[in-house]
Amino acid sequence: MGKKLLLKNDHIPYIHKLSVYREHGGYSVLEKTLKTMTPDAVVEEVKKSGLRGRGGAGFPTGLKWSFLAKPEGVARYLVCNADESEPGTFKDRYLMERHPHLLIEGMIAASFALGANTSYIYIRGEYFYVARILEQAVAEAYEAGILGQNILGTGYNLDLHVQIGAGAYICGEETALLESLEGKRGNPRIKPPFPAIEGLYGCPTVVNNVETIMAVVPILELSGDEYAKIGLGKSAGTKLISASGHINNPGVYEIEMGITVEDFIYSQEYCGGIKGGRKLKAVVAGGSSVPILPADLILKTANGEPRLMTYESLGEGGFISGTMMGSGGFIVMDEDTSIVKNLYTFARFYHHESCGQCSPCREGTGWMEKIIGKILDGHGTLQDIDLLWDIQSKIEGKTICPLGEAAAWPVAAAIRHFRSEFEEYVTKPDSIKDIKHYYRLQN
Amino acid sequence: MTTEQIVFKTEILALAHKLMKRYPEGKHKSALIPILHLAQAEFGGWLSPPTMDYVASVLNIAPIEVYETASFYSMFNLKPVGKCLIEVCRTSSCWLCGAEDIIEHIEKTLHISVGETTSDGMFTLKAVECLGSCGTAPMMQVGADYHENLTIEKVDTLLKDFKSENKQSRYC
Ligand SMILES: Cc1cc2nc3c(=O)[nH]c(=O)nc-3n(C[C@H](O)[C@H](O)[C@H](O)COP(=O)(O)O)c2cc1C
Ligand code: SF4
Ligand code: FES
Repeated sequence: MGKKLLLKNDHIPYIHKLSVYREHGGYSVLEKTLKTMTPDAVVEEVKKSGLRGRGGAGFPTGLKWSFLAKPEGVARYLVCNADESEPGTFKDRYLMERHPHLLIEGMIAASFALGANTSYIYIRGEYFYVARILEQAVAEAYEAGILGQNILGTGYNLDLHVQIGAGAYICGEETALLESLEGKRGNPRIKPPFPAIEGLYGCPTVVNNVETIMAVVPILELSGDEYAKIGLGKSAGTKLISASGHINNPGVYEIEMGITVEDFIYSQEYCGGIKGGRKLKAVVAGGSSVPILPADLILKTANGEPRLMTYESLGEGGFISGTMMGSGGFIVMDEDTSIVKNLYTFARFYHHESCGQCSPCREGTGWMEKIIGKILDGHGTLQDIDLLWDIQSKIEGKTICPLGEAAAWPVAAAIRHFRSEFEEYVTKPDSIKDIKHYYRLQN
Repeated sequence: MTTEQIVFKTEILALAHKLMKRYPEGKHKSALIPILHLAQAEFGGWLSPPTMDYVASVLNIAPIEVYETASFYSMFNLKPVGKCLIEVCRTSSCWLCGAEDIIEHIEKTLHISVGETTSDGMFTLKAVECLGSCGTAPMMQVGADYHENLTIEKVDTLLKDFKSENKQSRYC
């Protein structure tokens, strides 16, 4: 069994209730922190832990916190990013649904470290029922003197609110999220200024993912140095992976970083192998935005080393033969899967979710969806494949936010690794009719 | 629906005012999205122009600010929808697990295509993007509720339930 930090109490019934959470040691780390540590000391522990943001980019959390501007007399904010809309990702929902108090404990500790007295959890609108669970937990915490004025008698004050979104993937991008939290359209802001200088209501703000904020609790419990020993090298700690697709045991798993991809896919403790004993064809390892890899490259790097579940190993080979940890949305496809059709679902998604501010993204995502659709329908030409490559290569680096790249990378990787399949759709349109375009329910 | 009818019940209005107090002085526009959800749930599952005007008056902001925001988000329906709003996820993981079968089956059963409402105004069917239930695919959301690990039988039971009880899906 791997090490469990965030899910160590996952088996305990009613752990979402304050009384049960406290019976199992809940809020004792917070109490100790507020009573014995300074805010700077908390930031220092998080730095030492090597924790990297779990929202997708993997930026060192302690470093990010240390960038926060601290002008006199200006409020600072911590905003939890619970927008979770990257296809293939459902770990934050699982964490919030089952462990709302762990998130609240992390929010209070992190807010204390940053000197925030008001914080928000921004949760995607479709997660209505999860927002209810959070709201109930927040109400329980207020009642018990864990939120509000003079928390646990320590003199620290924090108000925490749960804010609900309304269906827009782009609101997961941190500046779009802040716009949305201000009641506006979720259009990403031009950076700089970065949120650490001008964020919510123009005030210094840190935006962190749900899992990142929860990880602060075990870091403070164990100490930064001890946390850093878990995992492998610069991939410190545990990571929550949402596993879906053609596997025997889809679900959310907490892994200690460093296990092999092969172990993750085939062992009974995790995915339990491919459904129906079929062969593995491809994996999207970190949510829809990261490059898809064929079976041989996801199991082993181009050098023939076993691929590991770490930021470094998944990234080994760059975009030529590697991928990314991303959000940990691990989508597995068996031998019968049409890579072109899977890509089409991604292209349609990004076109739908583009906020429309930048023309390379707005137009590019639309054209990519159309051309992939045309190829899928058997009306494509070989030039269309080149055109597709050309369009994706012209988005990267030319947009306000990274959604443009997120839309381009999956297209590039699918063509790079599965070009022959695209060509088959073009040159043998009749035989495609026999290819399983999509999956039947019993599969 | 006439404009006179578009007024929050006392308790909903009180809730709206409570929401507006969660933000710093002068930043109460932050409550717009939560209040639009309340309005959509109260006034027939969609946001008519009079509903949006009313929300603007509650927040004391210009109606255009409400239209601007409401039209950005996919959960806000700017046209009427059926009493029961069915949203089936069609993105990768759900597709891999048979979402297209689910969509086809609902289309056939209700005699509508994606994007349409049944003539009796009971059901609206939409195909939507990933709802964060990829591990329990295929899935759909009906109003505010998630239905996961779908089978044809599960879908049939659900549709029958709504129809026989002439039930309205919950919106928040
Ligand atoms: C299009 C887009 C969508 C994103 N969606 C999410 C999301 O749903 N959840 C999340 O935590 N971060 C998301 N991010 C990353 C955030 O912008 C931000 O980097 C993150 O919340 C920082 O938190 P972390 O440092 O704890 O990872 C998204 C970024 C982009 C460009
Ligand atoms: S890259 Fe796309 S989503 Fe991001 S700001 Fe530009 S148009 Fe909007
Ligand atoms: S792909 Fe359907 S819920 Fe994520």
